[in-house]
Amino acid sequence: MTGMTWLDIGHIDDIPLRGARKIRTAMGCVALFRTGEDEVFAAADTCPHKGGPLSEGIVHGQSVTCPLHNWVFDLNTGQAQGEDGRIATYPIRIDAGRLLIDTARLRRAAAA
Amino acid sequence: MTRKLVIIGAGMASGRVIDHLTDTAPGTFDITLVNAEPRGNYNRIMLSPVLSGEKAYNDIVTHDDAFYAEHGIATRFGTAVTAIDRKSRTITVGGEHLPYDRLLIATGSAPFIIPVPGKDLPGVVTYRDLDDTNAMIAAADRGGKAVVIGGGLLGLEAAAGLAERGMDVTVLHLMGHLMERQLDPAAGYLLRRDLEARGITVRTQASTKAIIGDGRAEAVLLEDGTTLPADLVVMAVGIRPETRIATDAGLEVERGIVVNAQMETSDPHILAVGECVECAGQLFGLVAPLYDQAKVVAAGLMGEPAVFVPKDTATKLKVTGVDLFSAGDFADAPGREDIVFRDPGRGIYKRLVIEDDRLVGAVMYGDTADGNWFFGLIKDGTEIEDMRETLIFGPTAQGGAAADPLSAVAALPPEAEICGCNGVCKGTIVTAIDGGATDLGAVRAATKASASCGTCTGLVEQLLQVTLGDGFVKPAAQPICGCTELTHEDVRRLIKTTPLKSQEAVWQELGWTTRNGCHVCRPAINFYLLADWPLEYRDDPQSRFVNERKHANIQKDGTFSVVPRMWGGITNPRELRAIADAADKYAVPTVKVTGGQRIDLLGVKGEDLPHIWADLNRAGLVSGHAYSKGLRTVKTCVGTDHCRFGTQDSTGLGIKLEQVLWGSWTPHKVKLAVSGCPRNCAEATCKDVGIVCVDSGYQVGVAGAAGMDVKETERLGDVATEQEAIDLTVAFVQLYRENAKYLDRPYKWVAKVGLDWVKARVVDDLAERARLIDAFELSQSIYRKDPWAEHAQQAESFQPLADLTLEAAE
Repeated sequence: MTGMTWLDIGHIDDIPLRGARKIRTAMGCVALFRTGEDEVFAAADTCPHKGGPLSEGIVHGQSVTCPLHNWVFDLNTGQAQGEDGRIATYPIRIDAGRLLIDTARLRRAAAA
Repeated sequence: MTRKLVIIGAGMASGRVIDHLTDTAPGTFDITLVNAEPRGNYNRIMLSPVLSGEKAYNDIVTHDDAFYAEHGIATRFGTAVTAIDRKSRTITVGGEHLPYDRLLIATGSAPFIIPVPGKDLPGVVTYRDLDDTNAMIAAADRGGKAVVIGGGLLGLEAAAGLAERGMDVTVLHLMGHLMERQLDPAAGYLLRRDLEARGITVRTQASTKAIIGDGRAEAVLLEDGTTLPADLVVMAVGIRPETRIATDAGLEVERGIVVNAQMETSDPHILAVGECVECAGQLFGLVAPLYDQAKVVAAGLMGEPAVFVPKDTATKLKVTGVDLFSAGDFADAPGREDIVFRDPGRGIYKRLVIEDDRLVGAVMYGDTADGNWFFGLIKDGTEIEDMRETLIFGPTAQGGAAADPLSAVAALPPEAEICGCNGVCKGTIVTAIDGGATDLGAVRAATKASASCGTCTGLVEQLLQVTLGDGFVKPAAQPICGCTELTHEDVRRLIKTTPLKSQEAVWQELGWTTRNGCHVCRPAINFYLLADWPLEYRDDPQSRFVNERKHANIQKDGTFSVVPRMWGGITNPRELRAIADAADKYAVPTVKVTGGQRIDLLGVKGEDLPHIWADLNRAGLVSGHAYSKGLRTVKTCVGTDHCRFGTQDSTGLGIKLEQVLWGSWTPHKVKLAVSGCPRNCAEATCKDVGIVCVDSGYQVGVAGAAGMDVKETERLGDVATEQEAIDLTVAFVQLYRENAKYLDRPYKWVAKVGLDWVKARVVDDLAERARLIDAFELSQSIYRKDPWAEHAQQAESFQPLADLTLEAAE
């Protein structure tokens, strides 16, 4: 197993509070969610249901609601509430306000 | 041979003894009932409703002359017993000596009179029996000021009753908060607030020094020197057992007449029951243990000795509209923990006191529906560790039952006590219902449940609903979503009245169960806040559905549609060229003319939005808000400008309306139309607001629909001038903004409140119309602007935060 490669992709304030932004990666867009408590989660931007852009959804608690058909995803696990669906989640951490994402993990996901 | 039973005192306890004897052993005793009051048994708990005027004396009589006659009970009412001769086993009443084989003392309690100067003046009354109640009613009829000394159960019921009868009432209470024996300070505060809201003045830590007056009570003087004028002084500081006759007879008396667990006094021929007794060192003031005692007395008299076990009791205050419940012990003590629930907006407070994983006390204010369930847990000593997290939410929260008020009752076990006064459990009531008692009266007759203080009436009715099913189901109000039990209407009202001016205030004050709502409630709350507090609250884009946040409609493939505003459906070559250029530049796959007379550019990528907006802005085009719960379009016909039938300038009016209304947020989308004549080419009669021009002026219709439902507009009013047509429209939209439920189109809202209600405010009440217009204009001072122009400045935020495709390729 390869180690972690943390890449600085921006500042937490680049994401609106209770909002989201996305990043482009080799394996498609990844959404970054910032909760009301300033936690940041990274997960696939694409809803497994009909492909809705999750970074356009409403962020509430530690969940996001897809803007197309209101599937609700737990950002900790990626599991859709009450639906048979899950989005990939990725390690992300905040260091002095900077957002660091594990690119090794993204690359592995892309290769998989 | 029948034995002689003499009963001294016709209160609730002795009444219950008589019931047991006549029910189960008629004829065993030759009963004589003696009462100092000139009347028989009545439901003393219900004196408060008599005082407040909700009931009459006849309603609270439990045993009348016919009953006594039917059961051969001799009565001596209006004469006090002066002596008991234990040797000869006789009592002396009105100079007569009555022999007894068994004697039952049920003299109850006497009001405690504080020993201050003036206590005996006319105009000073106690609150104990019907005569006291009648004296207070007579005093209240004369009006004026009343001072009630004592802020406990009785004092507050007296105060509420007198206030109800129009007196100016002040309650004096020695302690720091009201009902300190039953309530903690927080609940005492809420109670005080509710009483003050009824115009009752409450003074705590108020110590009475004297009652002053010349020949009758005129004022109460406090220790701190304050003088309170008073036409009536009610002493309700407490009661003490009425033991004089027992003391005189040489029976053992401590604070009350001492009895054993069989309710026998120190003389085995003499029993005692009710508030006059002391058993195991305890006195009894509430009806439930008295009824238990009565059962034991009756059993003993019939030769089947039973045992009286004092139990915890729960308290409710019988003041209409004040909901409080207290049970068990809730004093602070080492090893005790609290679970507290507060909802100040609704005036709800609940506190549970836990010791050794068991509930030992409960205080509830404002919402006491779960009181009996908590009381059951206290009495049974149930271990609550497993349900501790959700305990305070009551039985419905245990096991995830639906938030249906009936399910709480349905979930109760058969042995759960429903009627605390009469000790009737759920199983008994259900059996009675199954046995044909299909209404409240029948259940009361069969089980006595809800027949005493009546506070469990709601529960009994719910049991009827649960047991009998369909015919009883009432429509329940729908909460906004799973984050709250409140309805949209509740929340709107509380945001206005509390007032609540931020999302955080709503979550906290209204007890949201989630940290910051969900996709259902947050857009609604965001709208309510900005509609009611346009200056104080800032619109939160993150609480908006993507279309309103992005100011463009998301399409099924994640692209967006862009619709520039065309005022009244009017455009020109320059605008059309700009639209065509933008469509080319951003490779817009579809260009469509909409039903609202606009041009829709479909299939624009999210990243391109700020750029296409900037281009359109340069040509003078602004957002058409084709995505918003707000003013969408005003559709017009060409009116008098070109049409040979046109009666007014419908296009001009449409443009004016659109320029006034654009940018405003509303509960749902709002579409208008103005037709220049009754041929109605603009299809105005199926719009949220549709104006049809006629020779004499303008017919303003509202609440039409042409979507999921099709509905013709209803006439709000006919007006002569264009300005009036605009005024009615703006006032209507503002009334809708202030009152409708989020996501109700105007036709749904008008169906709920009624067109007459709307007319009264928008058409008839000119002052209200002016207020609505001003309020709308105030809000528009903030929201009447082009969101595209603003967002075009933040083009960066529409781009991906980072592009790792390059990094990953390295």
